[in-house]
Amino acid sequence: MKRLLVKYSSEITLKGLNRRIFEDALIRNIKVSIGKEHTIEKESGRMFIYTASSDLAQKLVKVFGIISVAEAEVVEKEIQDISRAAIEQLKSIVNVRTFKVETKRADKRFPIASMDVSRLVGGEILKNIEGIKVDVHKPDIIVNVEIRDKGYVYTKEYKGVGGLPYKSSGKGILLLSGGIDSPVAGYMLARRGMELTAVYYHSHPYTSERAKEKVIDLAKKLAEYTGSMKLYVVPFTRIQMEIMEKCREDELTIIMRRFMMSIAQEIACRENALALVTGESLGQVASQTLESMYVTNSDITMPVFRPLIGMDKVDIMDVSRKIGTYDTSILPYEDCCTVFVPKHPKTKPKLKDIKNSEQKLSVEELIKEAADGAEIILL
Amino acid sequence: MNFIYFDNSATTKPHKEVIEEVADCMEKYYGNPSSIHKLGLDAEKKLKEARERVAGLIGAAAGEIYFTSGGSESNNMAILGVLSPGDHIIASQIEHPSVIMLLKALQKENYEVTYLDVDKNGIADTEQLKDSIKDNTRLVTIMHVNNEIGSIQPISRIASIIRDRNKRTKFHVDAVQALGKLPLNVKQLDVDMLSISAHKIHGPKGAGALYMKKGLVLKPLIFGGGQEGSLRSGTENLPSISGFGIAAQIAGTDMQGKADKVKELKAYFIKRLQEIDKVVINSLMDEMHIPNILNAAFEGVRGEVLLHALEDYGIYVSTGSACSSRNSKHSNYVLSAIGLKSSYLEGAVRFSFSYENTKEEIDTAIEALKKILPFLRRMRK
Repeated sequence: MKRLLVKYSSEITLKGLNRRIFEDALIRNIKVSIGKEHTIEKESGRMFIYTASSDLAQKLVKVFGIISVAEAEVVEKEIQDISRAAIEQLKSIVNVRTFKVETKRADKRFPIASMDVSRLVGGEILKNIEGIKVDVHKPDIIVNVEIRDKGYVYTKEYKGVGGLPYKSSGKGILLLSGGIDSPVAGYMLARRGMELTAVYYHSHPYTSERAKEKVIDLAKKLAEYTGSMKLYVVPFTRIQMEIMEKCREDELTIIMRRFMMSIAQEIACRENALALVTGESLGQVASQTLESMYVTNSDITMPVFRPLIGMDKVDIMDVSRKIGTYDTSILPYEDCCTVFVPKHPKTKPKLKDIKNSEQKLSVEELIKEAADGAEIILL
Repeated sequence: MNFIYFDNSATTKPHKEVIEEVADCMEKYYGNPSSIHKLGLDAEKKLKEARERVAGLIGAAAGEIYFTSGGSESNNMAILGVLSPGDHIIASQIEHPSVIMLLKALQKENYEVTYLDVDKNGIADTEQLKDSIKDNTRLVTIMHVNNEIGSIQPISRIASIIRDRNKRTKFHVDAVQALGKLPLNVKQLDVDMLSISAHKIHGPKGAGALYMKKGLVLKPLIFGGGQEGSLRSGTENLPSISGFGIAAQIAGTDMQGKADKVKELKAYFIKRLQEIDKVVINSLMDEMHIPNILNAAFEGVRGEVLLHALEDYGIYVSTGSACSSRNSKHSNYVLSAIGLKSSYLEGAVRFSFSYENTKEEIDTAIEALKKILPFLRRMRK
């Protein structure tokens, strides 16, 4: 019989009295990912899922909090049975020259110590597979044996993404553009358990429906990890036009960014979220200099998380490729930030000047109108 | 919501009869035309019928029609089929991307290409053509009607210039945008090869044809089971091809009447555009342009933005040609070639009509433009 053996973050097992909360969140998320029909059993630091299909493992490795998923053969707690399973698994793998057995004895009533189990099973393997050798330092394959209610034997283990269970660390609003950075920022905080609601600013007719579809696709990619995603598509054209008409050209970007932050904060209040999340990286573009961020941040009262702030673009791109958002992010549709770009945007704006310029706009009304007019998409 | 379709040069809505024919073919004639049993024979008959219908529309013999997947494939097949390394090719500057991109690729190999200039109406320079034909000029490829501005090339005159200068030079015409809009007769035009496509004449997508004058031999692009006279192997796309046949038959009926109707539409549209300021018409109402295409450039807006704004009113148009509208790199070479001022270059929109469009639709479009343009032009600084 086969079971999936799910190892989850040791961070969770160290949560003391709150441990149950995190474990329950993890189980809930696993069920969202693989469907409710599977039975999940919990044991210290492990969960077991009964299944015959191994594509479940591919879904599970995307669930935050999971360290790894192994396809384990479940046998009687007898050296003979354990060895037989180990030999079978090794034989099914092509070109194994070296191995090592690692045993974990969770059932302390089992009379044979871990080291001895490894030695005995290893001996059986050597006897039954011709030419195979033990290598304790760099083996081709590690045969894992766990002694619990039953014996578990596995050689195939898929690495998970780690982190903390989604929705176990409060809720934040992700400012999602169509670019490379913001999905990565969202991923990083979701991986730390933050529930996300995404906000996208749409400048119809200046940005096309395809740009919006692209953002929806990115939100869907994130939902592969989080299980679901709520997306606000905020109408942004009127605000951009007002700024264009009434303010200085070189202040366009910075004032636009201030609106984006304020609208996101307004949506956060409506969503009972406690933080904003952006994909800003220090100095990457004009609106991401320290001076600019000081100005865009100044009206925001909740924490603003910028998980990419100290990362280089190439490193962000690496994560983007790894989590599968890169190919979508680089599609060449213009978003609201690229359509209206001043020739020489201010890189060192002064808060006082910007606030002065904003006097010409009915800021509060515009923010409310935009938030009210948002289209909400559940993904 | 009711919508207005002014993008008939990108593709057309298939006729009901075409849809029925395609469905009928899929349901009843699913045999492989190459199979030697009865189902195969029935399918082969359908294929023959379609070939005759398509041939009829362009004055060719059925045996001179080779079915392809569409205009781009026909163009590639014709050009690559006749050339050998070292050959010289002549084309106009405003050919369809399926010709231009191919020629650009060939230039990187051992081929020489001359691109003929076009005048402000988008008509190729025939004097330059006379001077350009050399001993090794193997092919002249010229589009009959331009897809972006609708300019009509003088095909017969070009043919006679070619015949006069070099007996070995073959003449290929991309007639995708001309089919069904202009009377086409391959014999009178004196062309060697001619590309056409079904979906521009209310037929299905995925079917086109290359006319190839009897006696001409081409190298195939696709090798295999020897279908289409071994020129284009692969099991025939019978439903689409058969639908093409029906579409060709309908296109050949009352062509003049349809053209007159479209002419009236274009004239009316141009007249009403006078109510809007700062518009340049890139496809005038004359015998040098087909009436189906109205290319207009609006100063101070971007074509793509105007397109999306018109979409809000349920009006579908195009910027440049549909094949290139998502690729800004080569979307405007046609308009640059006719010398459009750069302040207008970005704001070009193509309205393309079918005889099924109406004057009321044009009224709606004009009213929409009157509302949209002041709004969009506000953004200029």
